[in-house]
Amino acid sequence: MLVFIVRRLFVSIWVFFTATIVIFFLATKVKDPLADARQLPDNTRESAMAVIIERMHLDEPFIVRYFLWLGDAIQGDLGVNRQGLSVNSMLDAAVSATLQLVIGATVISIVIGITIGVISALRQYSALDQTVTFVAFVCFSLPSFWIATLLKEFMAIDFNDWLADPVISVPFIAGISLVTALTAGGLVVGDRRSRLTVFGTTLAGMVVLLAALSATGWFNDPGLGPIVVALTALGGAIGFTVLVSGLEWAPPLKAALISAGLGIVAYFALGPVLKDPNLLTLLLLALVTAGVGYGVGWYVGGDLYRRNAIPAAIFTGLFTGAVIFLDRMLQSFASYSDSVGGRPISTIGASTPNYDGTFWQSGLDSFGHLALPSLALVLISLATYSRYTRASMLEVMNQDYVRTARAKGLSERAVVTRHVLRNGMIPITTLVSYDIGTVLGGAVITEKVFGWRAMGTMLLEGIEQGDPMPIMAFFLVSGGAIIVFNMIADIAYAVLDPRIRLS
Amino acid sequence: MTDAQRAAQKAGSEPGPEAAGPPGTADTAAQGMTIVARSQGQLVRRRFFRHKGAMVGLVLFILVVGLAVTSIGAGPIPGWWDKTPTATATAVDGGRPTLSVVPEFLGGGGVHLGEHPFGQDNIGRDYFALTMRGAQVSLVIALLVGLIATFVGTVIGAAAGYFRGWTESTLMRSSDVLIAVPTLLIAGLIGTMIAGRGIVLFGIFLGLVTWMQTARLVRGEVLSLREKEFVEAARSVGTSSRRIIFKHILPNTIGIIIVSVTLAIASAVLLETGLSFVGLGVQPPDTSLGRLISDYQTALGTRPWLFYWPGVFIILIALSVNFIGDGLRDAFDPRQNRVRD
Repeated sequence: MLVFIVRRLFVSIWVFFTATIVIFFLATKVKDPLADARQLPDNTRESAMAVIIERMHLDEPFIVRYFLWLGDAIQGDLGVNRQGLSVNSMLDAAVSATLQLVIGATVISIVIGITIGVISALRQYSALDQTVTFVAFVCFSLPSFWIATLLKEFMAIDFNDWLADPVISVPFIAGISLVTALTAGGLVVGDRRSRLTVFGTTLAGMVVLLAALSATGWFNDPGLGPIVVALTALGGAIGFTVLVSGLEWAPPLKAALISAGLGIVAYFALGPVLKDPNLLTLLLLALVTAGVGYGVGWYVGGDLYRRNAIPAAIFTGLFTGAVIFLDRMLQSFASYSDSVGGRPISTIGASTPNYDGTFWQSGLDSFGHLALPSLALVLISLATYSRYTRASMLEVMNQDYVRTARAKGLSERAVVTRHVLRNGMIPITTLVSYDIGTVLGGAVITEKVFGWRAMGTMLLEGIEQGDPMPIMAFFLVSGGAIIVFNMIADIAYAVLDPRIRLS
Repeated sequence: MTDAQRAAQKAGSEPGPEAAGPPGTADTAAQGMTIVARSQGQLVRRRFFRHKGAMVGLVLFILVVGLAVTSIGAGPIPGWWDKTPTATATAVDGGRPTLSVVPEFLGGGGVHLGEHPFGQDNIGRDYFALTMRGAQVSLVIALLVGLIATFVGTVIGAAAGYFRGWTESTLMRSSDVLIAVPTLLIAGLIGTMIAGRGIVLFGIFLGLVTWMQTARLVRGEVLSLREKEFVEAARSVGTSSRRIIFKHILPNTIGIIIVSVTLAIASAVLLETGLSFVGLGVQPPDTSLGRLISDYQTALGTRPWLFYWPGVFIILIALSVNFIGDGLRDAFDPRQNRVRD
């Protein structure tokens, strides 16, 4: 295995190195960097051209320029652009915004896309599956810049206007409730009657909930409160137990419930810590949660159920943590919204300039800026992930070993989670690495629509001016990300599917 | 059973596309029905023409192409639409579209095209003619990219898969190098370098940098086909490598090749429009659907039709091609169609 990883690493470095030569060559040829200096009046032309030639080493042959760049880049110096600004400082300002966008959008689309794909594979040819398929097709036929412009124009502005007087209109309540209820009804297995029951209950529940939220002005000052947090945590405990082991056996359920209970206690106990934490504290808390979950599962599960109880407890703990996180975010919403003039969803830039607030408020600030660009990217990747997951799941479900698993009397849950899901997810790892390149390209376009000054601007200006340095900086980051993701995917594939290592 | 064993078993039991017969043949025989012998091609055609999505997509695609080609004509041949994309005029009624589809008895303005069905832009150019010109350009580029990318990808993938050894490593490493570069970056660089030299050249170069996915797919398929008995038989009677590749192996990969043509066309539409939108693709005086959206995106507040129409056509083209591709995939490879119980 180690040999495989080392060989893979060596190949990746070599490939990346070759790619820099190709891109550097194209970047030096893309446009004449002296084009606007040539237009200057006679007396200043010569000196202006000389400065640019000196700065960009235009008097040297291509190969010398490349090695000059490479020598500096290996030492971490990315050179200066045509105007003489340091590319390193340009990159520092640009990279975090773009990576936030790309990573956020990728993670969201993987999680939601795979979930949707699995569900629609399990309910193949149902109305739900047909709808999801159709919507997915429309989504990956959408031009990202078009949908981004529409989102910016309508979602942002209309949502902000609506927040000024957050009353949900009756047709809107009816629409949302109907869609939710139809989805819930589509998910149910069973005869027409049980479907209708679920449909009816969800419909009524949603109508009452939305009407109540609207009437009490919840959207002005949202938050979940202890009761909702506790109920959600308990619901999560039951849900994760169903997924991991089913409810037939007590120990895993007990472990999950204890984990949820500890989470609820922490909700009250950690009040002062959570007032204005930093990212490190939260990561530590998540680690502690996972550790406690492991302990609870190990202890409560006993010898027989440890394998099921530990994941049930860990997932429940982390889920409860996420709910508490969400609650804190929502509670800060009112004060954040006030501080930015009541327009929390932004359409310009990657963050409010010079914004200073608590952890939660700056979190909301990034969220408000990231929400729409991410949504535009997610819509498109989501479709790809859900389609590929569905296809891969269906192919695995047709295999003989799945029939064997059913024939020997395993429950449907065990067949799906242990036999189908595990093997069906293997091809998806490769998709992630392919998709990251597409998302990076999409990010350049989306950033342009939303007026971010990030990696996209750097690339576009670099190409516009025939300036190789910013283009190479863009490539180092984006190409590096693709190479790393590809490598991780290959190694993950080899770990998950031992046949690969033989070749 | 461990995961490893299960995975190995999965590999062993995977039926190739040629092994998949029509569903339910055995049952019909048992019920005393006649069995019609059908060739592989007939089976595929039948499955394709029964695929509702694919049929809708096909009709839609033919309609869009027909509309784009016949309305304003191509080259010296005039179309049936009496306005050209370049002629300016005074904007009537603020350039509002005159297209109306709601009949009068429903309270609408009646069904008619009017003088400027898609409206006019700020200098009075007929927007229907402009959109059709954009659609023509985008379609030409997309088709070129799809065909060239698939051709190059197939040749490289087949050569790499068949010859193995250093041929394979050279070809696959060069494909890895191109995969490491975001498509938008390399396509943008090339698009800018050949800016203004025409859309055909642009399409060809775009095709030359987007063949990697097809090459990988074809190589995988060829790797498994070259171990089959019929290839060994051909080799044993002294058939040349070229003949084995073109006569024995490639015809068996036709399914994935055709499917990847459609997928490449659909993604090429989006790539070209995206590039043109950020200014790295089609340059004036040429126009394309992406270029139109980029030119008029600030008009969304005041003249939204200038923004909507090109977008609608991009979606129509990409969607119909995607549906056709899905139908073709189902037709060539019915493995995931029905779950056996």
